[in-house]
Amino acid sequence: MNRDGAYTAQELIVAAAARQIRDGELVFVGMRLPLLAFALAKRTHAPAAIGLFECGLIRDEPAPELLYTMSDPPNIAGALWSTRMINVMALLQQGAVQLGILGGAELDRFGNLNTSYIGSRERPEVKLPGSGGAADIASLAGRLLIVMQHERRRFKERVDYVTSPGYGEGGDWRRRVGLPGGGPVAIVTTLGIFSFDGHTKEAVLASYHPGITLDKVRQQTGWGIRVSSELHETPPPTEEELAIIRHDDPHGFWTRP
Amino acid sequence: MVMGKVVTMAQAIERFVPSGCSVLMGAALESLIPFAAGHEIIRQRRRDLTLIGPISDILFDQLIGAGCVSRVIAAWIGNVSVGLAHNYRRAVEAHSPDRLIVEDHSNFTIALGLLAGGLGAPFIPTRSLLGTDLLVGNLSLRRSADPDTGAPLVFVRAINPDIAILHVQRSDDEGNAHCWGNLGVSEEGGLASRGVVLVAEELVSRDVILSDPNRVLLPSSKVVAVVNEPWGAHPSPTQGCYGRDHEFYRAYHEASRTQEGFQRWLKAWVLDVQTRTAYLTRLGEERLKQLKPSRRLMAAPVDYGY
Repeated sequence: MNRDGAYTAQELIVAAAARQIRDGELVFVGMRLPLLAFALAKRTHAPAAIGLFECGLIRDEPAPELLYTMSDPPNIAGALWSTRMINVMALLQQGAVQLGILGGAELDRFGNLNTSYIGSRERPEVKLPGSGGAADIASLAGRLLIVMQHERRRFKERVDYVTSPGYGEGGDWRRRVGLPGGGPVAIVTTLGIFSFDGHTKEAVLASYHPGITLDKVRQQTGWGIRVSSELHETPPPTEEELAIIRHDDPHGFWTRP
Repeated sequence: MVMGKVVTMAQAIERFVPSGCSVLMGAALESLIPFAAGHEIIRQRRRDLTLIGPISDILFDQLIGAGCVSRVIAAWIGNVSVGLAHNYRRAVEAHSPDRLIVEDHSNFTIALGLLAGGLGAPFIPTRSLLGTDLLVGNLSLRRSADPDTGAPLVFVRAINPDIAILHVQRSDDEGNAHCWGNLGVSEEGGLASRGVVLVAEELVSRDVILSDPNRVLLPSSKVVAVVNEPWGAHPSPTQGCYGRDHEFYRAYHEASRTQEGFQRWLKAWVLDVQTRTAYLTRLGEERLKQLKPSRRLMAAPVDYGY
């Protein structure tokens, strides 16, 4: 909750993430908060956005019911295309998908995500579920938006394992290794929003959420963060945005944990 | 006289899923997961299996916890409703109950590996995963280069499972089957496998299937067994038949936090229920009723006239 208890951090994330979706774009949606962000963007500034799901679905209308997974029956009925995974991945690899949205367990200063192994690969402290389609989305989408719980243990100088590539070691790393997608453009967290330096490709704090201080963001980040010269407070979700989010997640399953 | 393909689940697993084989399951992703088949594999105490699948939800976790598995070729193993999978964690982190070899993939590379397998091609190149740690020490995902331009590529080695177990809405007794909803890697996976066990919600006549050949999943020549097992994918959804039993996934997550808790869960939901009928009785009619669709949504018929 923010200071006044008017909205939760998750609701703010959904609103901030939705603003990254442009009208008419093909968006690799994912689940949970990104799915709600897609639905919100559709009902506000991006009515012509189209959602892709790696199980083999394409939709231009958010499902009429809350989804627990992308393959739930309400997501299939009324889809634009219900097909094979490889057909959806084909659009991604040919460069037709402008935006992908991902979360992760760990992230580093160059936007690399780890959802595989914490500790060593041979004897990990925690075996996380793995890539799913995340590494493909991070490799191939035109732009990548990252949504994260902001905690120091998750925001590390270097991730233990690169599952989903951001900018690798920074600079022109993506071009050097041959990745076709554009890489991350923003990290929306529970505390603020980062953009990326155009040259070094390092994450730069662009805004902090209402009620959050710069000190708090520094405390919860495992590297010495750079701050934008135009650092500002994140605009809070509007009444309209909150009404739509609460309509889509009526019991707060994803947004009021 | 050729023996028919229609068999019981126990017969299908006994004949076509021996210890040491590689099995593709969960090919559609979060839906149509052949849980009934997985539970029969556990009851028949299969060992040393290689499990193949993009995301298996909790079915792979159950087989790993029951000690059936020595290797997984997968993109994601967890509980889609909740997150982490406890048996998978114990196997990888603590080698309990057994050491598990993990061959990491992404969803796309699993799909490409199966596509290559089905095409009879040795590998398929992709530009996904370049620069990631999935390529480190992974012989099935080899860094290579375009022979003309020298541009970096990943060569995804073909995957050919010994057997695919696929859940479908309806099949005839020869394995001509209709499947609808998101297909994931069901088509590629079926073609790539040496044989396919179909688990069907409903057995129908050949005429029903052949009335709509575009909806047929696979050539029936690939199908070695057809099992008629209504609710065989529970707790995962089957379009037009039943929805996702979200609460079942949450309860499993809690129950499987400890090895002992998992063993109790396994006894209650797998070992003590020898058939799917007994499993459904345990679930209770009220619960099944809640999972059924509240309305029908029929597609418009298509005309194959000529």
